[in-house]
Amino acid sequence: MTRQEKIAEIVKRVSKKPAPPDPEESLFDSGYLDSFALTDMVTELEQEFGLTIPDADLSPRRFESIARIEQYVDSHAEPL
Amino acid sequence: MPSIQCFGRYLPERVVTNAELAGTLGRDAEWIRQSSGIEERRVAGPDQTVVDLAVAAARDCLGRSSVSGVGVVIVASGSSERRFPGPAAEVAHALGFAGIFALDLPHASTGGLFGIALAAELAPVHGPVLIVAAEKIFQPAPAAAPEVAILFGDGAGACLIIPDNAGLRILDAALHSDGSNSESLYMDLTGPITMNGLAVIRNAGRRLPAVIQELLTKHAIAPGEVTAFLTHQANQNLIDRVARALNVPSGRFYSNIHRYGNTSSASILIAASEWGESATLQSGDIVCFAAFGAGFHWGALLTRQT
Repeated sequence: MTRQEKIAEIVKRVSKKPAPPDPEESLFDSGYLDSFALTDMVTELEQEFGLTIPDADLSPRRFESIARIEQYVDSHAEPL
Repeated sequence: MPSIQCFGRYLPERVVTNAELAGTLGRDAEWIRQSSGIEERRVAGPDQTVVDLAVAAARDCLGRSSVSGVGVVIVASGSSERRFPGPAAEVAHALGFAGIFALDLPHASTGGLFGIALAAELAPVHGPVLIVAAEKIFQPAPAAAPEVAILFGDGAGACLIIPDNAGLRILDAALHSDGSNSESLYMDLTGPITMNGLAVIRNAGRRLPAVIQELLTKHAIAPGEVTAFLTHQANQNLIDRVARALNVPSGRFYSNIHRYGNTSSASILIAASEWGESATLQSGDIVCFAAFGAGFHWGALLTRQT
Protein backbone atom coordinates (compact mmCIF):
# COMPACT_ATOMS: atom_id res chain seq x y z
CA MET A 1 0.00 0.00 0.00
CA THR A 2 1.42 3.42 -0.95
CA ARG A 3 1.66 6.28 1.50
CA GLN A 4 -1.20 8.03 -0.24
CA GLU A 5 -3.37 4.92 0.02
CA LYS A 6 -2.57 4.60 3.72
CA ILE A 7 -3.52 8.25 4.26
CA ALA A 8 -6.78 7.74 2.35
CA GLU A 9 -7.57 4.78 4.59
CA ILE A 10 -6.98 6.92 7.69
CA VAL A 11 -9.23 9.66 6.29
CA LYS A 12 -11.97 7.11 5.59
CA ARG A 13 -11.65 5.64 9.08
CA VAL A 14 -11.68 8.98 10.88
CA SER A 15 -14.43 10.54 8.77
CA LYS A 16 -16.51 7.34 8.81
CA LYS A 17 -17.25 7.88 5.12
CA PRO A 18 -16.99 5.02 2.67
CA ALA A 19 -15.51 6.51 -0.47
CA PRO A 20 -11.96 7.89 -0.52
CA PRO A 21 -11.90 11.55 -1.54
CA ASP A 22 -10.04 12.85 -4.53
CA PRO A 23 -6.42 13.51 -3.42
CA GLU A 24 -6.71 17.18 -4.29
CA GLU A 25 -10.19 17.69 -2.80
CA SER A 26 -10.52 19.82 0.33
CA LEU A 27 -11.29 17.48 3.20
CA PHE A 28 -13.00 20.32 5.05
CA ASP A 29 -15.15 21.68 2.22
CA SER A 30 -16.24 18.17 1.29
CA GLY A 31 -17.22 17.37 4.88
CA TYR A 32 -14.64 14.64 5.49
CA LEU A 33 -12.99 16.50 8.36
CA ASP A 34 -13.85 19.03 11.02
CA SER A 35 -11.55 20.28 13.79
CA PHE A 36 -12.26 17.30 16.02
CA ALA A 37 -11.85 14.68 13.27
CA LEU A 38 -8.62 16.37 12.19
CA THR A 39 -7.06 15.88 15.63
CA ASP A 40 -8.08 12.19 15.47
CA MET A 41 -6.49 11.94 12.04
CA VAL A 42 -3.26 13.53 13.26
CA THR A 43 -3.04 10.94 16.04
CA GLU A 44 -3.46 8.16 13.48
CA LEU A 45 -0.86 9.71 11.18
CA GLU A 46 1.59 9.78 14.08
CA GLN A 47 0.98 6.11 14.79
CA GLU A 48 1.01 4.97 11.17
CA PHE A 49 4.14 6.84 10.08
CA GLY A 50 6.06 7.08 13.37
CA LEU A 51 5.77 10.87 13.47
CA THR A 52 5.51 13.36 16.29
CA ILE A 53 3.39 16.21 14.97
CA PRO A 54 3.86 19.29 17.18
CA ASP A 55 0.96 21.56 18.14
CA ALA A 56 2.56 24.35 16.11
CA ASP A 57 2.00 22.29 12.94
CA LEU A 58 -1.72 21.86 13.64
CA SER A 59 -3.15 24.16 11.01
CA PRO A 60 -5.94 23.09 8.69
CA ARG A 61 -3.95 24.32 5.70
CA ARG A 62 -1.30 21.63 6.22
CA PHE A 63 -3.92 18.90 6.22
CA GLU A 64 -6.29 20.40 3.66
CA SER A 65 -6.26 17.42 1.26
CA ILE A 66 -4.79 13.95 0.98
CA ALA A 67 -2.13 15.37 -1.35
CA ARG A 68 -1.17 18.03 1.22
CA ILE A 69 -1.07 15.45 3.99
CA GLU A 70 1.19 13.26 1.83
CA GLN A 71 3.53 16.22 1.32
CA TYR A 72 3.67 16.77 5.08
CA VAL A 73 4.32 13.10 5.81
CA ASP A 74 6.98 12.89 3.05
CA SER A 75 8.84 15.83 4.56
CA HIS A 76 8.72 14.52 8.13
CA ALA A 77 8.77 10.70 7.94
CA GLU A 78 11.69 8.40 7.19
CA PRO A 79 12.23 7.99 3.44
CA LEU A 80 10.51 4.97 1.94
CA MET B 1 -13.65 17.76 55.49
CA PRO B 2 -14.64 20.90 53.51
CA SER B 3 -17.82 20.81 51.46
CA ILE B 4 -19.54 22.79 48.74
CA GLN B 5 -22.62 24.32 50.31
CA CYS B 6 -24.17 26.15 47.36
CA PHE B 7 -23.63 27.86 44.02
CA GLY B 8 -24.83 31.10 42.43
CA ARG B 9 -24.73 32.80 39.06
CA TYR B 10 -25.35 35.96 37.11
CA LEU B 11 -25.92 36.23 33.38
CA PRO B 12 -26.31 39.59 31.64
CA GLU B 13 -29.71 40.20 30.11
CA ARG B 14 -28.66 40.81 26.51
CA VAL B 15 -28.85 37.67 24.35
CA VAL B 16 -26.83 37.43 21.14
CA THR B 17 -28.10 34.62 18.95
CA ASN B 18 -26.16 32.78 16.28
CA ALA B 19 -28.32 34.49 13.68
CA GLU B 20 -27.25 37.91 14.95
CA LEU B 21 -23.62 36.86 15.14
CA ALA B 22 -23.65 35.20 11.73
CA GLY B 23 -24.37 38.53 10.09
CA THR B 24 -21.16 40.03 11.45
CA LEU B 25 -18.99 36.99 10.80
CA GLY B 26 -20.02 35.99 7.31
CA ARG B 27 -20.73 32.50 8.67
CA ASP B 28 -23.90 30.46 8.75
CA ALA B 29 -25.80 30.28 12.06
CA GLU B 30 -26.16 26.53 11.69
CA TRP B 31 -22.39 26.19 11.16
CA ILE B 32 -21.87 27.91 14.51
CA ARG B 33 -24.23 25.49 16.23
CA GLN B 34 -22.74 22.40 14.62
CA SER B 35 -19.15 23.34 15.31
CA SER B 36 -19.69 24.36 18.94
CA GLY B 37 -23.13 23.37 20.22
CA ILE B 38 -23.73 27.05 20.99
CA GLU B 39 -27.04 28.65 20.01
CA GLU B 40 -26.78 31.94 21.88
CA ARG B 41 -24.64 33.73 24.44
CA ARG B 42 -25.03 36.64 26.87
CA VAL B 43 -23.23 39.95 26.51
CA ALA B 44 -22.72 42.45 29.33
CA GLY B 45 -23.57 46.10 28.91
CA PRO B 46 -20.80 48.55 28.08
CA ASP B 47 -20.85 49.95 31.61
CA GLN B 48 -20.85 46.59 33.36
CA THR B 49 -17.47 45.48 34.69
CA VAL B 50 -16.05 42.14 35.76
CA VAL B 51 -16.56 43.34 39.34
CA ASP B 52 -20.24 44.06 38.66
CA LEU B 53 -20.78 40.57 37.25
CA ALA B 54 -18.85 38.97 40.11
CA VAL B 55 -20.79 40.83 42.81
CA ALA B 56 -24.14 39.85 41.29
CA ALA B 57 -23.19 36.16 41.18
CA ALA B 58 -21.72 36.32 44.69
CA ARG B 59 -24.92 37.84 46.08
CA ASP B 60 -26.97 35.11 44.44
CA CYS B 61 -24.73 32.48 46.03
CA LEU B 62 -24.69 34.07 49.48
CA GLY B 63 -28.48 34.41 49.33
CA ARG B 64 -28.70 30.62 49.08
CA SER B 65 -26.22 29.98 51.89
CA SER B 66 -26.60 29.63 55.64
CA VAL B 67 -23.43 31.49 56.58
CA SER B 68 -23.36 35.00 57.98
CA GLY B 69 -19.85 35.81 56.79
CA VAL B 70 -16.85 34.41 54.98
CA GLY B 71 -13.15 34.21 55.78
CA VAL B 72 -11.80 34.43 52.25
CA VAL B 73 -13.03 35.72 48.89
CA ILE B 74 -11.35 34.28 45.79
CA VAL B 75 -12.14 35.92 42.45
CA ALA B 76 -11.09 34.15 39.26
CA SER B 77 -11.07 36.02 35.98
CA GLY B 78 -9.13 35.99 32.75
CA SER B 79 -10.71 39.20 31.54
CA SER B 80 -10.46 41.76 34.35
CA GLU B 81 -10.05 45.27 33.03
CA ARG B 82 -6.87 46.20 34.92
CA ARG B 83 -3.37 44.77 35.06
CA PHE B 84 -3.63 45.45 38.80
CA PRO B 85 -5.34 45.42 41.20
CA GLY B 86 -7.39 42.37 40.32
CA PRO B 87 -11.10 42.42 41.13
CA ALA B 88 -10.98 40.41 44.39
CA ALA B 89 -10.54 43.26 46.88
CA GLU B 90 -13.20 45.36 45.17
CA VAL B 91 -15.64 42.45 45.09
CA ALA B 92 -15.05 41.74 48.79
CA HIS B 93 -15.59 45.41 49.59
CA ALA B 94 -18.83 45.57 47.59
CA LEU B 95 -20.10 42.52 49.47
CA GLY B 96 -19.40 44.15 52.82
CA PHE B 97 -16.35 41.99 53.54
CA ALA B 98 -13.78 44.77 53.50
CA GLY B 99 -10.67 43.85 55.44
CA ILE B 100 -10.83 40.12 54.88
CA PHE B 101 -8.37 37.99 52.87
CA ALA B 102 -9.24 38.51 49.19
CA LEU B 103 -7.31 36.65 46.52
CA ASP B 104 -7.20 37.04 42.74
CA LEU B 105 -6.87 33.97 40.58
CA PRO B 106 -6.14 35.11 37.02
CA HIS B 107 -6.98 31.78 35.41
CA ALA B 108 -9.23 31.85 32.39
CA SER B 109 -11.18 28.63 31.79
CA THR B 110 -9.94 26.76 34.87
CA GLY B 111 -10.29 29.53 37.47
CA GLY B 112 -13.57 28.23 38.88
CA LEU B 113 -12.24 24.71 39.35
CA PHE B 114 -8.84 25.73 40.71
CA GLY B 115 -10.63 28.15 43.03
CA ILE B 116 -12.72 25.36 44.57
CA ALA B 117 -9.62 23.20 45.05
CA LEU B 118 -7.77 26.09 46.67
CA ALA B 119 -10.75 26.93 48.86
CA ALA B 120 -10.86 23.37 50.15
CA GLU B 121 -7.35 23.92 51.55
CA LEU B 122 -8.14 27.37 52.97
CA ALA B 123 -11.55 26.71 54.56
CA PRO B 124 -10.33 24.63 57.55
CA VAL B 125 -8.03 27.52 58.53
CA HIS B 126 -10.00 30.63 57.51
CA GLY B 127 -13.62 29.52 57.63
CA PRO B 128 -16.11 29.73 54.72
CA VAL B 129 -14.54 30.63 51.38
CA LEU B 130 -16.48 32.36 48.63
CA ILE B 131 -15.22 31.66 45.11
CA VAL B 132 -16.43 33.88 42.31
CA ALA B 133 -15.49 33.52 38.65
CA ALA B 134 -16.50 36.39 36.39
CA GLU B 135 -15.76 37.06 32.76
CA LYS B 136 -16.51 39.85 30.34
CA ILE B 137 -15.02 37.91 27.51
CA PHE B 138 -17.40 38.10 24.55
CA GLN B 139 -15.14 38.52 21.51
CA PRO B 140 -16.65 40.77 18.86
CA ALA B 141 -15.65 40.48 15.22
CA PRO B 142 -13.78 41.63 13.25
CA ALA B 143 -11.11 42.02 15.94
CA ALA B 144 -11.55 38.37 16.88
CA ALA B 145 -11.32 35.56 14.33
CA PRO B 146 -14.69 33.96 13.51
CA GLU B 147 -13.63 30.69 15.19
CA VAL B 148 -13.09 32.68 18.40
CA ALA B 149 -15.99 35.12 18.10
CA ILE B 150 -18.58 32.33 17.99
CA LEU B 151 -17.46 30.76 21.26
CA PHE B 152 -17.35 33.26 24.08
CA GLY B 153 -19.99 34.91 26.23
CA ASP B 154 -20.13 36.96 29.42
CA GLY B 155 -21.26 35.76 32.82
CA ALA B 156 -20.32 34.95 36.38
CA GLY B 157 -20.66 32.04 38.75
CA ALA B 158 -20.03 31.60 42.46
CA CYS B 159 -19.59 28.84 45.00
CA LEU B 160 -19.38 28.69 48.78
CA ILE B 161 -17.00 26.24 50.47
CA ILE B 162 -17.58 25.56 54.14
CA PRO B 163 -15.19 23.75 56.50
CA ASP B 164 -17.95 21.40 57.65
CA ASN B 165 -18.89 17.98 56.37
CA ALA B 166 -22.27 18.97 54.92
CA GLY B 167 -23.31 19.13 51.29
CA LEU B 168 -20.97 18.03 48.51
CA ARG B 169 -17.93 16.89 50.48
CA ILE B 170 -14.69 17.56 48.63
CA LEU B 171 -12.73 14.31 48.51
CA ASP B 172 -9.74 15.20 46.39
CA ALA B 173 -8.45 17.21 43.45
CA ALA B 174 -5.86 16.65 40.71
CA LEU B 175 -4.51 19.86 39.18
CA HIS B 176 -1.94 20.18 36.41
CA SER B 177 -0.22 22.91 34.38
CA ASP B 178 2.04 22.86 31.32
CA GLY B 179 3.40 26.22 30.17
CA SER B 180 4.87 24.81 26.97
CA ASN B 181 1.47 25.40 25.36
CA SER B 182 0.90 28.96 26.57
CA GLU B 183 0.95 30.36 23.02
CA SER B 184 -1.91 28.09 21.94
CA LEU B 185 -4.53 30.13 23.80
CA TYR B 186 -3.97 33.60 25.20
CA MET B 187 -5.36 37.11 25.46
CA ASP B 188 -3.21 40.21 25.79
CA LEU B 189 -4.60 43.10 27.84
CA THR B 190 -5.97 44.71 24.73
CA GLY B 191 -7.37 41.45 23.32
CA PRO B 192 -8.70 39.73 21.31
CA ILE B 193 -8.25 36.08 22.23
CA THR B 194 -5.75 34.26 20.03
CA MET B 195 -6.36 30.53 19.78
CA ASN B 196 -4.85 27.58 17.96
CA GLY B 197 -8.12 25.70 18.11
CA LEU B 198 -6.68 22.42 16.91
CA ALA B 199 -3.97 22.42 19.57
CA VAL B 200 -6.57 23.21 22.23
CA ILE B 201 -8.90 20.48 21.03
CA ARG B 202 -6.12 17.92 20.80
CA ASN B 203 -4.79 18.65 24.28
CA ALA B 204 -8.17 19.04 25.95
CA GLY B 205 -9.45 15.87 24.27
CA ARG B 206 -6.56 13.90 25.77
CA ARG B 207 -5.96 15.57 29.10
CA LEU B 208 -9.52 16.00 30.40
CA PRO B 209 -10.45 12.30 30.32
CA ALA B 210 -6.96 11.44 31.59
CA VAL B 211 -7.17 13.67 34.66
CA ILE B 212 -10.70 12.50 35.45
CA GLN B 213 -9.56 8.90 35.15
CA GLU B 214 -6.46 9.67 37.27
CA LEU B 215 -8.64 10.91 40.11
CA LEU B 216 -11.26 8.18 39.84
CA THR B 217 -8.63 5.44 39.73
CA LYS B 218 -6.98 6.84 42.85
CA HIS B 219 -10.29 6.48 44.67
CA ALA B 220 -11.26 3.15 43.07
CA ILE B 221 -14.32 4.67 41.40
CA ALA B 222 -15.38 3.67 37.88
CA PRO B 223 -16.56 6.46 35.53
CA GLY B 224 -19.94 4.77 35.34
CA GLU B 225 -20.37 5.18 39.10
CA VAL B 226 -20.25 8.97 38.86
CA THR B 227 -23.72 10.51 39.15
CA ALA B 228 -22.86 13.74 37.36
CA PHE B 229 -19.93 15.39 35.64
CA LEU B 230 -19.75 19.19 35.80
CA THR B 231 -17.14 20.52 33.40
CA HIS B 232 -15.90 23.74 31.89
CA GLN B 233 -18.35 24.55 29.10
CA ALA B 234 -15.92 25.06 26.23
CA ASN B 235 -17.52 23.28 23.29
CA GLN B 236 -20.32 20.70 23.21
CA ASN B 237 -18.33 18.52 20.81
CA LEU B 238 -15.48 18.42 23.34
CA ILE B 239 -17.83 17.51 26.19
CA ASP B 240 -19.26 14.67 24.09
CA ARG B 241 -15.75 13.54 23.21
CA VAL B 242 -14.72 13.37 26.87
CA ALA B 243 -17.86 11.38 27.68
CA ARG B 244 -17.06 8.90 24.91
CA ALA B 245 -13.46 8.56 26.07
CA LEU B 246 -14.71 7.63 29.56
CA ASN B 247 -17.45 5.39 28.12
CA VAL B 248 -20.08 7.39 29.97
CA PRO B 249 -23.39 8.55 28.46
CA SER B 250 -23.22 12.21 27.41
CA GLY B 251 -26.28 12.86 29.55
CA ARG B 252 -24.17 12.45 32.70
CA PHE B 253 -22.27 15.57 31.62
CA TYR B 254 -24.41 18.57 32.48
CA SER B 255 -24.39 21.11 29.67
CA ASN B 256 -25.80 24.59 29.23
CA ILE B 257 -23.33 25.77 26.60
CA HIS B 258 -26.11 26.09 24.02
CA ARG B 259 -27.52 29.06 26.00
CA TYR B 260 -24.42 30.80 27.32
CA GLY B 261 -21.47 29.82 25.12
CA ASN B 262 -18.05 29.55 26.70
CA THR B 263 -17.94 31.89 29.72
CA SER B 264 -14.37 30.82 30.51
CA SER B 265 -13.63 30.50 34.23
CA ALA B 266 -17.27 31.21 35.12
CA SER B 267 -18.74 28.41 33.04
CA ILE B 268 -18.23 25.51 35.47
CA LEU B 269 -19.84 27.47 38.32
CA ILE B 270 -22.74 28.71 36.18
CA ALA B 271 -23.33 25.13 35.02
CA ALA B 272 -23.10 23.81 38.59
CA SER B 273 -25.52 26.48 39.77
CA GLU B 274 -28.15 25.52 37.20
CA TRP B 275 -27.54 21.80 37.66
CA GLY B 276 -27.88 22.15 41.44
CA GLU B 277 -31.41 23.54 41.14
CA SER B 278 -32.73 20.34 39.58
CA ALA B 279 -30.33 17.69 40.90
CA THR B 280 -31.74 15.19 43.39
CA LEU B 281 -28.67 13.67 44.98
CA GLN B 282 -28.72 10.74 47.35
CA SER B 283 -26.21 10.33 50.14
CA GLY B 284 -23.04 8.83 48.69
CA ASP B 285 -23.58 10.08 45.14
CA ILE B 286 -20.37 11.07 43.39
CA VAL B 287 -20.08 14.34 41.45
CA CYS B 288 -16.94 15.05 39.43
CA PHE B 289 -15.81 18.50 38.28
CA ALA B 290 -13.25 19.01 35.51
CA ALA B 291 -11.79 21.83 33.43
CA PHE B 292 -9.12 22.52 30.84
CA GLY B 293 -7.94 25.82 29.47
CA ALA B 294 -5.37 28.48 28.75
CA GLY B 295 -1.96 27.86 30.26
CA PHE B 296 -2.48 25.02 29.68
CA HIS B 297 -4.03 24.32 33.07
CA TRP B 298 -6.34 21.38 33.67
CA GLY B 299 -7.72 19.40 36.55
CA ALA B 300 -10.52 17.46 38.16
CA LEU B 301 -12.15 17.52 41.56
CA LEU B 302 -14.10 14.76 43.21
CA THR B 303 -17.01 15.24 45.61
CA ARG B 304 -19.43 12.98 47.41
CA GLN B 305 -22.88 13.92 48.71
CA THR B 306 -22.98 13.63 52.51
